[in-house]
Amino acid sequence: MSASADTPVKAPLAEPARKPPSLPLSERLIAMPVVLPLLTFALLLVLWEAATRVFSIPSFILPAPTRIIEGFSAVTPARWSAHVWATLRVALIGYLVAIAVSLPIAIGLAKSRLMSRALYPLLVVIQSVPVVAVAPIIIVVLGTDDAPRVVITFMIAFFPLVVSMTTGLMATPPELIELSRSLRAPQYREITQIRLPYAVPYIFSGLKISVTLAVIGAVVAEFVAADVGIGFFIQFSTSMFRLPQAWAGLVVLVAMSLILFQAVSLAQRLFFPWSLPKERR
Amino acid sequence: MGLASNAIDFQAVGQVFATESGPLTALDDVNLTIAQHEFVAVLGPSGCGKSTLLRLTAGLMLPTEGRVSVYRQPVTRPRDDVGIVFQQATLLPWANVLDNVTFPAKHKRGRVGALDRERAAEVIAAVGLKGFEARLPSELSGGMQQRVGIARALFLNPDILLMDEPFSALDALTRDAMGYELLKLWQASPKTVMFITHSIPEAVLLADRVIVMSARPGRIVADLPVPLGRPRDESALRAPEVQDFAAHLRELLIAKEPAL
Repeated sequence: MSASADTPVKAPLAEPARKPPSLPLSERLIAMPVVLPLLTFALLLVLWEAATRVFSIPSFILPAPTRIIEGFSAVTPARWSAHVWATLRVALIGYLVAIAVSLPIAIGLAKSRLMSRALYPLLVVIQSVPVVAVAPIIIVVLGTDDAPRVVITFMIAFFPLVVSMTTGLMATPPELIELSRSLRAPQYREITQIRLPYAVPYIFSGLKISVTLAVIGAVVAEFVAADVGIGFFIQFSTSMFRLPQAWAGLVVLVAMSLILFQAVSLAQRLFFPWSLPKERR
Repeated sequence: MGLASNAIDFQAVGQVFATESGPLTALDDVNLTIAQHEFVAVLGPSGCGKSTLLRLTAGLMLPTEGRVSVYRQPVTRPRDDVGIVFQQATLLPWANVLDNVTFPAKHKRGRVGALDRERAAEVIAAVGLKGFEARLPSELSGGMQQRVGIARALFLNPDILLMDEPFSALDALTRDAMGYELLKLWQASPKTVMFITHSIPEAVLLADRVIVMSARPGRIVADLPVPLGRPRDESALRAPEVQDFAAHLRELLIAKEPAL
């Protein structure tokens, strides 16, 4: 098996070295992981701008990128930061609450078959409830300040976390659990020293999914009841037919999600480098 | 207790597992004694209950019939004087070699003291990994990983070493080298060894005695001393009586393999 894999590598080596091989353009572009998507994106923007001008598309249907940039300046920076902070705060608090609640539940699900049988179907039912539909009810019950928005964010971000954490906690090699038992170590150390660290790669995949879901949760909550926040701003702008502004709000949301996602990835690279696949360390 | 005293004693041991498709008899009427500091290989086809034998000795499970004793005490729970080496090294991927070796101390007592680190340096040197203390498992070859696994098992200085096909995941050359090194370790610091394997050459090279088991239900079909003195090397293995012995073991194994 290894011999056949070696042959294509060895064949070009046997030839005498002439000049350094020049890669075709497409190969060189593939070797630039940042430049290539940026180029694609720039090209799309140019096409978009051109299309809106050539076909004179009205800006309430599709505003040109330049009009969206103007939309940013329609609102003062202070107002922007108030909107961003409102959404970010709810998303982060909801996210942290989801982490704090899902961890003990995941440990219970992983350690106890009884608990897993009793609780898992309920979790699936909760997950199947469309949060957007429940949001108005939650707002009525909990009032109109941060609390209902945090709860809605929590409900959206929570399920992937429980699933990924439980899967991770059960992914420990059985031999290590036997080692733990053969040492007659306290039960909690099986969790803290073996199962939890082993679950880190799984936990981080859940954390990455959930952090973007948390932003969605915060926006959904703002759609239902809010007087500040990016979600509120987008809804307010569209109701006034200020579409370039609404698009600007959308750009801010995308940026927020991307930055949060990258922050979670960075945390994994900094604190748990061993948990990444080898080629990405 | 002198040298002749029994370290491990199985009396009419049976083990039945409840499975979804009904009860499964893993072991049936197993009688076995292993003397202190004896090296015993347990040879058998897969699914013959070899690993069950090991887990019963380790106190990780209790027999459904009969009695398992270690140093004349019935095994009711894991003991401090037993170390286990698994088929896969199963190291902690986030911990370096030193932390993996001292893990039993950290896990059992919650901390690693200066004496623990001294002991770890000793066993790491003994398995030939001096200088690799700071490496992560992913930076080691399969053979080196299993050396760490052995060092981890030796760390608490167990009197009994249980090895569950420890070299079966390694390539043939590494496997032979590891066998000779294990013998050196065992001769320098004698221990009672129960070595599970399905390799006849490995059993003959390493053991004082070979136990041959049959598959489902696991029964002992032969209990034979290896006709070889110590120390052993490759030339000793080529001796005709040793070859005959290996051939005899092969016959026993094939005869007991269930017809398909």
